[in-house]
Amino acid sequence: MSQNGAETFRVEDTMIRMAQACHQPAQSFVTPTGIVFSLGTDNQTHLIRVSERRVNLNLVTEVNTISRRFCSGHLSLSETHAALVAVEQSNHQYPVPLQILMAAIASGCFLIMFGGVWNDFAAAVVCGGLGFALALYLHHITRIRFFSEFLASLALGLMAIGCTRIGIGEMEDKIIIASVMPLVPGLLITNAIRDLMAGHLMAGVAKGTEAVLTAMAIGAGVAVTLTLI
Amino acid sequence: MNIPIQLVVSFCATAAFGMVFSVPRRLLVTCGAVGMLGWIAYLLLIRWGMSTVPATLLAAFVLASASLFLARLHKAPVTVFSAAGIIPLVPGGLAYDAMRDFVLNDYNTAVQLSAKTLMIAGAIAMGLILAEVVYQLLRRPKELIRAK
Repeated sequence: MSQNGAETFRVEDTMIRMAQACHQPAQSFVTPTGIVFSLGTDNQTHLIRVSERRVNLNLVTEVNTISRRFCSGHLSLSETHAALVAVEQSNHQYPVPLQILMAAIASGCFLIMFGGVWNDFAAAVVCGGLGFALALYLHHITRIRFFSEFLASLALGLMAIGCTRIGIGEMEDKIIIASVMPLVPGLLITNAIRDLMAGHLMAGVAKGTEAVLTAMAIGAGVAVTLTLI
Repeated sequence: MNIPIQLVVSFCATAAFGMVFSVPRRLLVTCGAVGMLGWIAYLLLIRWGMSTVPATLLAAFVLASASLFLARLHKAPVTVFSAAGIIPLVPGGLAYDAMRDFVLNDYNTAVQLSAKTLMIAGAIAMGLILAEVVYQLLRRPKELIRAK
């Protein structure tokens, strides 16, 4: 769950609840980068490092449902384990090309929402889709989060300007704004706030910082584009 | 601005974003509706003459309240509904203008715009927090009764 974009307090809460459902005293301590969990009084404490973070709310929802059913007694321990393994193995994300297509459509819609003109719609769709695809690809090959967002927003700005130069678009600033929207870390912002409110100061601040750094990377990319005009 | 078009467009944008975040298929329509609600609340408040910061705060509040209610209804994590919905409220345009003024060495305007961007970001956060507080306050009496 921690890997796929759940709030930190939800991860902690789920583990404690499931342990309580087995009548075991448990302690869990979760940070965005690691999980410490000890069950009972004489068992060893488990430490799991969370190295990769992505967004897959479907998986979070599934695990949440399984945990609910386990705690209410609808599932036995072995059934729960089987269900959890099945969730982990099945790919609950939408296929990547579909995600890119959706990011492209979202960019086009944002253009209209921010007062753009329909003539720029195609340009925003193309720039938004390609920018998002580039961010995914760069993240896949470099594994450096902020760098991939920086390069993607830079490329996207250049594409938007290119579009206006060859006459597909009219207002390059609206196109740029609309097409960087898929890179905005919306989930991180919500999770940071919710974790801070739940008293998970460390997780909240860490996620908030991640969100701010992402925003700054996007901003820097756009700024570099603007200096190049 | 044309309200029906804005309704359709904000619904599509949020639902599309939901798919990027891998929101479960059965909840996609609800997710889009939440985003639409937040955006329309924002647009109407602006049209009625409210300034951007309080309008963003109220829109975020409406959106987060709806998400909390739907999360309870569908027994799903709240973020499924709210994460995609708040994205239209993010002050991307202002941040862009601020960035452009920084690049053009017009620091006076740039700092002003950055401050406004930060205010709006803060308003989104406050809206989410307020919704949570109201929700907790409304829920607590019921739990106390049940405990007795």
